[in-house]
Amino acid sequence: MFAFDDIKSYLPDFTYEPFDVTGTIGAIIPREKIRDVARIIKEQFGFTNFVDALGADRNERKMRFEVIYNIRNLQTKERIFLKVRCDERDLHVPSVVSIWSGANWHEREAFDMYGIIFDGHPDLRRMYMPDDFEYFPLRKDFPLMGVEGSIPLPKGSEFAVRMN
Amino acid sequence: MLEQELIDRKSAPKQKIIEALLSKDTSVTLSEDSLDNEMILNMGPQHPATHGVLRVVLRLDGETIIGSECELGYLHRGYEKLAENMTFHEFIPHTDRLDYISPIANNVAYCLAVEKLMHVEVPRRAQIIRVICAELARISSHLMAAGAMGMDVGALTVFVWTMREREKLYDIFDILTGARFTVSYMRIGGMAQDITSECITMIKDFLDGLTEATREIGAMLHKNRIFIGRCEGIGIMPPDEAIDVGWTGPGLRASGISYDLRRDEPYLIYPELDFNVITRTECDALARYFVRFDEVAESVKIIRQCLDKLQPGPIYAEDAKIVLPRKDEIYTSMEELINDFVLVNFGQAPPKGESYHAIEASKGELGWYLISDGTGTPWRSKIRSPSFVNLQGLSRILEGAMISDVVAIIGSLDPIMGEADK
Repeated sequence: MFAFDDIKSYLPDFTYEPFDVTGTIGAIIPREKIRDVARIIKEQFGFTNFVDALGADRNERKMRFEVIYNIRNLQTKERIFLKVRCDERDLHVPSVVSIWSGANWHEREAFDMYGIIFDGHPDLRRMYMPDDFEYFPLRKDFPLMGVEGSIPLPKGSEFAVRMN
Repeated sequence: MLEQELIDRKSAPKQKIIEALLSKDTSVTLSEDSLDNEMILNMGPQHPATHGVLRVVLRLDGETIIGSECELGYLHRGYEKLAENMTFHEFIPHTDRLDYISPIANNVAYCLAVEKLMHVEVPRRAQIIRVICAELARISSHLMAAGAMGMDVGALTVFVWTMREREKLYDIFDILTGARFTVSYMRIGGMAQDITSECITMIKDFLDGLTEATREIGAMLHKNRIFIGRCEGIGIMPPDEAIDVGWTGPGLRASGISYDLRRDEPYLIYPELDFNVITRTECDALARYFVRFDEVAESVKIIRQCLDKLQPGPIYAEDAKIVLPRKDEIYTSMEELINDFVLVNFGQAPPKGESYHAIEASKGELGWYLISDGTGTPWRSKIRSPSFVNLQGLSRILEGAMISDVVAIIGSLDPIMGEADK
């Protein structure tokens, strides 16, 4: 069984804060360590299968955003979660695409939805929204009904007439 | 002024896509012969062979693809945002619209994830019915994939035959759930109504007929020189790259990795059932087709075992704070009326925390990552959709293929854009 303390034998100054995903282990780690930790758990512990990455808005003054990585070991059938947090004023998180190339689109999606910038990502564009969209729709301060005028509508439609 | 702005805005995304394409290798050699040069071809989003609104921008050298970029988001409806603004129950109809080829399996996946968050387990009869539903959905999806792939390479008859079988499945869903297509059958802690003996008879008849139908489809395709010739040896995904890019489901198993959540991270009553995990080692489009085709027979086996195990019993978990009361109880009992009012208006309140649960859907691992803040609506509801991740490998397997292979390769991935775009 994998335990996060095992990483300490490869990375002596590794610190983490455990969290629980209903029975699965997870660790909140400092964001500047994420690439080192990712490389160690992939190469030394066999967590080769990148399942998912998601952003989340905690809506707190400090460390507002977080990115959660969902990684699996296909041999031992174990699953772990990693979490890094970043502040609203400093939205940078190191990209793990160089370690798991499967993270590519998931990081693009997190950038699209929350505006988290993944340093070192090869192609950080919006995933779903138009490239000229100015907002980050899954943030808690983005209204459910959208922002009027943020997406240009065809000329002549009722909405466009009302705006003029 | 405004018009100019709109034109600028419209052309900006295209510019970025082309820039992204060109950034890979910008050296273009112009020769005397105008047919010798590289060209960029836009395929989709409205294209009959892209199975929805997938857009692929191809960079061609003659007929060979030397680079490609996928564009998603033409069917983005913001389901994750919607989920944050409604109760857990209200989101169930939306799960039907994700993978609309197998809606009932999405219901199962979502309800299992929410039940895991709320620490509820449904009774045995409900678990068996859920397995039957999930496997019927898998048959429906795999038949569609086989038929559509045949149609993509020119075998139109197979598509009509698979649709004929799926029509029988829709009749079963109609009897079972009351709707043919968007079923919304599952409830948190149970399901809308019990399975009837009429429905069980229909399922048995369907399974008996399906064996003959798959034999016919196999006879049509498996010795068909055109079909084999079009699909064999294209879209090759080596096993290590399949793992690296995050593939799951038939795509991963066709690359020789035997991994199936039903066996390896079991849920419901799958540990009790006897079935094989179909694995192929050819890694190409044809192998992905055969994995799906053989999985239909395994699903038939699973459903037959489930029907044998089906015993009378409750289909709802016993927890009045989570499970919706029955309609007849609401109108006769005060307590149930209050519970119904609270559950419909404010939703179930799971404990604070996070949970992840995934099932082996027809396309791969379909999971929900739910973050709860202790109120009736999820704080974050992330859909891990298999089609999205499978499409991520498309650019990789398209490289070096011929332009006529593109439709067959996309067909072999079986992407459903409702799920990939969320």
